[in-house]
Amino acid sequence: MSASTRRWLFLAGMAGLAAFYLWGLVGLPGFGHYPGPYGLIINKIAVAQTNATGVVSAVNFEYRGFDTVGEEFILFMAAAGVSVVLRHLRGERERPGLEQGIGADEPSTSDAVAQAALVFVGPVLVLGWWLASHAQTSPSGGFQGGVVLATAFILIYLSGGLLTFRRISPVALTDAVEAVGAGGFAAIGLAAVLMGLPYLDNYLPLGIKPGAVSSSGTIALISFFVGVEVAAALILMVGEMLEQTLLVQGEAGS
Amino acid sequence: MSVFPYLVVVWVLAVGLYGIVTSRHLIHLIMCLIVVQSSTYVLLLAVGYRRGAVAPYFSDIPVHTPAVDPVVQALALTDVVVEAAVTALLLAFAIQAQKRFGTLDPHELVQFKG
Repeated sequence: MSASTRRWLFLAGMAGLAAFYLWGLVGLPGFGHYPGPYGLIINKIAVAQTNATGVVSAVNFEYRGFDTVGEEFILFMAAAGVSVVLRHLRGERERPGLEQGIGADEPSTSDAVAQAALVFVGPVLVLGWWLASHAQTSPSGGFQGGVVLATAFILIYLSGGLLTFRRISPVALTDAVEAVGAGGFAAIGLAAVLMGLPYLDNYLPLGIKPGAVSSSGTIALISFFVGVEVAAALILMVGEMLEQTLLVQGEAGS
Repeated sequence: MSVFPYLVVVWVLAVGLYGIVTSRHLIHLIMCLIVVQSSTYVLLLAVGYRRGAVAPYFSDIPVHTPAVDPVVQALALTDVVVEAAVTALLLAFAIQAQKRFGTLDPHELVQFKG
């Protein structure tokens, strides 16, 4: 199909889609006129029920906790999928380099980038940890915190190269940490079942002061495990891609 | 105008799809898919917005302050996670396509099989 046929076909389809969308829009309440009722009810009861002042986290890790287990395992499977897709093809081999401590053909990083990245590793780690452990009180949580934590490791790669990145996050260790993060979430839910409660029921003490770090029971704990899982999954995926680009060589060489 | 955010949604969706249809590079195509998915964030957040309401965080405000819908915000978070997963997998496929066929142009890639 030629490029212009494709374009015309797309424009016709898009016109139809836009027409249906605008038709549907007529039935929606206007922007800013939220009809409820779910958000209104949850906003009213969440703080009293869970002692978490961050209601989005309460929804994620308590009211929709079961969904979030699935969501976490989507990321887990994505990390596994990336490893499978990026396995070495027939006829490929790794360049000698990683083992011998030579950075292969890694393009050298400018000193300015390396220094700046190094300076930010510490603050980014602290920020990620803070986000992952404060889901119950602020707009944060394990998913956001995990991504920021993984960023710290990517900064380490930027300043020290692939070898340092691998030394500080060996694949076997990162795999294990990811499994602990993913399994921890599921295990917290199963513990409730063993106690005769519904899966993922909040059985930990909720704390006295709403929004304190020690408050909200399993919400805080689950968020922390999610943070660990997300960080490890991202480090694994980024590591796989870096390895492909920097170390793997085809038959013809590259 | 009270429907403006909804029009932004369909615009973002349309430019993203247009990018996918006319793309000549797999990485560009994946970026366009991210744009398409971004329209769903706007839609989710627009649906849950209440005029004059605050974010659903009650750390330093009274508990009964009117707040926007936290459920759609949680859904937007799920959306972001799924997008990250999908993007990572697609980028991995793009790397393999480049390695096997030496091109990232979808028009040339359709000629190859296997």
